[in-house]
Amino acid sequence: MNKEELANQLRSICGADAVITDEQELVVYECDAYTLQKNHPTAVVLPQNTEEVVAVVRLCAENDLPIIPRGAGTSLSGTVLAVEGGVMIALTRMNRILSLDTRNRRALVEAGCVNSWITQKADNFGLFFAPDPSSQSACTIGGNVATNAGGPHTLKNGVTTNHILGYEIVLPDGSIEWLGTTPEGGEEVDGFDLRGATIGCEGMFGVITRVLVRLTKKPTSFKTYLGVFDSVDAASQTVSDIIAAGIIPAALEMMDQLIIRAVEEAYHFGFPLDAGAILIVELDGLSGGVGDQGQIVETICKQNEAREVRAAKDEEERAAIWKCRKRAFGAVGRISPNYLTQDGVVPRSKVPEIMRFIKATSVKYNLRIPNVFHAGDGNIHPLILFDERKDGEVKQALRAGEDILNKCIEMGGSVSGEHGIGAEKIDFMERQFSKDDLGAMQFLRIAFDPGKRCNPHKMFPGSKRCSDFAPRKQAAA
Amino acid sequence: MIQNFISEEKSLACVHCGLCLSACPTYLETGNENDSPRGRIYLMRNIQTQRVTVDNTVMRHIDLCLGCRACENACPSGVEYGHLLEHARDYFEKTHNRSFSQTFLRRIAIEQVFPFPWRLKFVLFFSTILRLPIFRWALPQFAKESLLLLPKEAISKSPPEYSPSLEKNVGRVGFIEGCVMQVMFGATHDNSIALLNQQGWDVASPKKQGCCGALYAHSGQLDKARECARNNIAAFEREKLDAIIINAAGCGSTLKEYGQLLGNDPAWSERAARFSAKVKDLSEWITPENLKPSNREIIVTYQDACHLAHPQGVTAEPRELVKAVAGDNYIELQEADVCCGSAGSYNLTEPEMAKKLQNRKVRNLIDTGAEIVVTANPGCLLQIQSGLKKAGSGMKIMHLADYLIEYGE
Repeated sequence: MNKEELANQLRSICGADAVITDEQELVVYECDAYTLQKNHPTAVVLPQNTEEVVAVVRLCAENDLPIIPRGAGTSLSGTVLAVEGGVMIALTRMNRILSLDTRNRRALVEAGCVNSWITQKADNFGLFFAPDPSSQSACTIGGNVATNAGGPHTLKNGVTTNHILGYEIVLPDGSIEWLGTTPEGGEEVDGFDLRGATIGCEGMFGVITRVLVRLTKKPTSFKTYLGVFDSVDAASQTVSDIIAAGIIPAALEMMDQLIIRAVEEAYHFGFPLDAGAILIVELDGLSGGVGDQGQIVETICKQNEAREVRAAKDEEERAAIWKCRKRAFGAVGRISPNYLTQDGVVPRSKVPEIMRFIKATSVKYNLRIPNVFHAGDGNIHPLILFDERKDGEVKQALRAGEDILNKCIEMGGSVSGEHGIGAEKIDFMERQFSKDDLGAMQFLRIAFDPGKRCNPHKMFPGSKRCSDFAPRKQAAA
Repeated sequence: MIQNFISEEKSLACVHCGLCLSACPTYLETGNENDSPRGRIYLMRNIQTQRVTVDNTVMRHIDLCLGCRACENACPSGVEYGHLLEHARDYFEKTHNRSFSQTFLRRIAIEQVFPFPWRLKFVLFFSTILRLPIFRWALPQFAKESLLLLPKEAISKSPPEYSPSLEKNVGRVGFIEGCVMQVMFGATHDNSIALLNQQGWDVASPKKQGCCGALYAHSGQLDKARECARNNIAAFEREKLDAIIINAAGCGSTLKEYGQLLGNDPAWSERAARFSAKVKDLSEWITPENLKPSNREIIVTYQDACHLAHPQGVTAEPRELVKAVAGDNYIELQEADVCCGSAGSYNLTEPEMAKKLQNRKVRNLIDTGAEIVVTANPGCLLQIQSGLKKAGSGMKIMHLADYLIEYGE
């Protein structure tokens, strides 16, 4: 089938304004938030409902075309890159909250629904949707499920999989399956937990179309501390001590000096620019417990020679702190034209060591590397700054990233905490997993997608690369 | 060879994170990334590097942008989207040939009418005749839609050159008359000046002032916008003023950006910056302390005018003023700062999308159950009024100044 025939057939399914095949318009779909690899999909289609998704998937199955499910395209690892073209199914028009069941604390939403909209809607009933990736104001639930997204508050609340009751998925042959709890059903489901098996599949098992999410009761009390330290080491030790004291904060985040400066320039919160590191420690629950734990946190910070420890004075200041934290990635746009973020994980006790290693890497490659990360669960986010217009800097940045991730593996950690493997981190899979492990993963994948057509060339070693992979050909735009 | 029409530094500030997407009204409606801020910046960049050429398809996505600048608030990286858009449009208008009807609509029907109060008055007069049943049937649908936007009882009135404060005087402020405001909302001007006078401000409204230039700047006619700016700066420099007050959000945001607009003009850049520093929206200048709470039990909501909420960041002040009068009868509106589709002359150039956004706004308004919706810009007033009417809703839309005077007793 040639491109024109494909376009016509897609139009007959979804309508003319829902199909994009003009190369000029496909340019914006050539990458997600990971911009080092680019390739145009053959077509982008914007279906309105599950029936349209099914028809599009069937058409692709009949013509042996790859399908690439896409949400808001906020992936930082090229998860929705169309490596060898194919039909990109963007779920951005399927973005409704279909029902809110406050008595059973669940909501049924379409896959393209933006994460933060659920909490906005549920807020009136004292409920919220717990997973809170930093991109939550734009990223979609479908994408959250596909990558098992995390966020600052996953330390206590758990990641996406802990908050998904069930979902509807269109398998690569066009059949519809509902995995897990149904909107009308009870919480427990008999048989295998296929819901759990497929969360984090990075779009390789099918197109998720509707999701039944769990809503959580909002804590009645919050206490959000800012601890200012002279060094990353002291802050890291504090993290370790807080957990050792038996306290599980709702969130435990660290920002180092470079990121503090970028964030301060963006939001003028009043962070001290000469601080070595800042910890954000948020406690939540009932007011009595929060108060007691707060005193312990203050004491531990002071024992580790915190220069200053203070709690947010009201809800407004707490919101301001979180705004700074959650938008920290983007804020580095003010100090650098490009960045490459890594998502490694190390055992919590090794945070100081990996931070020292990152610093050494920064010196080695002569690139600035600010850090803002989930210290509580050892999930680091070094942001390697570079300028793609400068000769060789892209390569240097990639090498620096590689060194850091290799170190994470060496320390007994992993190469991705929440961003996913995507097209970006394929090379590390063989270092982190044995051949047998990878074989078992493939086995599961093939059970869902025997033709390997769904979001192909991701995650598994031996996948194809885009012809315009940046290190080979320095990307222009 | 393509000239560098947008600053490379400013466009590279976009790190492609996508946080702007769900803030964009057109993306919310179409779900197409080409109709999002990230997508449009990517198109602009790729046009500059010649990977993409300016054709009708690409222009559709640039034209469809409302210029509401909600994306700037969502952007963590401080991308000056409004600036990029104005410069890109300036370049496209010079290089891309539009169809005859679009050229006529943009260059004549809009740009030769709205900035000139007497021409606007003439059109308004003509439209009241067209509205008569004997003419109505002959009109095409789009013209009927445009007529719906016009107020039935427009009060054209230029404010006096000087209005003294009541009671003790605290200072003197300038007052911008605007184009649409003075032709269609004369009573709102009276009320705005009355509020300022009540709070001790002398108000001067120099006759030499003219169009603020927003209409030109937004449609890629930067040179014309600069001319307007120079004229206004000169007109207000003669007076010694504590502030220059504007009650229309769209004009306010352009007036506050004269410094940038004339930044490369050595003779004017400093004067422009001084002027812009003095510009305040009415809601930023008057204080809630002197307002009396209403004893009428009427539910009131507030909808943000894009150019007040986004580029000017003024969202708390007008709400405080409304609450000072409405008290517990104030209710917050869902998607209060998602554009209503008016966006200057957008509802004339892009009627289809404007209508979608109008419906979205009206749905959200009706959901509040409010009887009055307050806003601070003539475009929103007209657009929402016609939307409410079409939906058969009895909700009343009022300018902030009118609401405070009528209900704040």
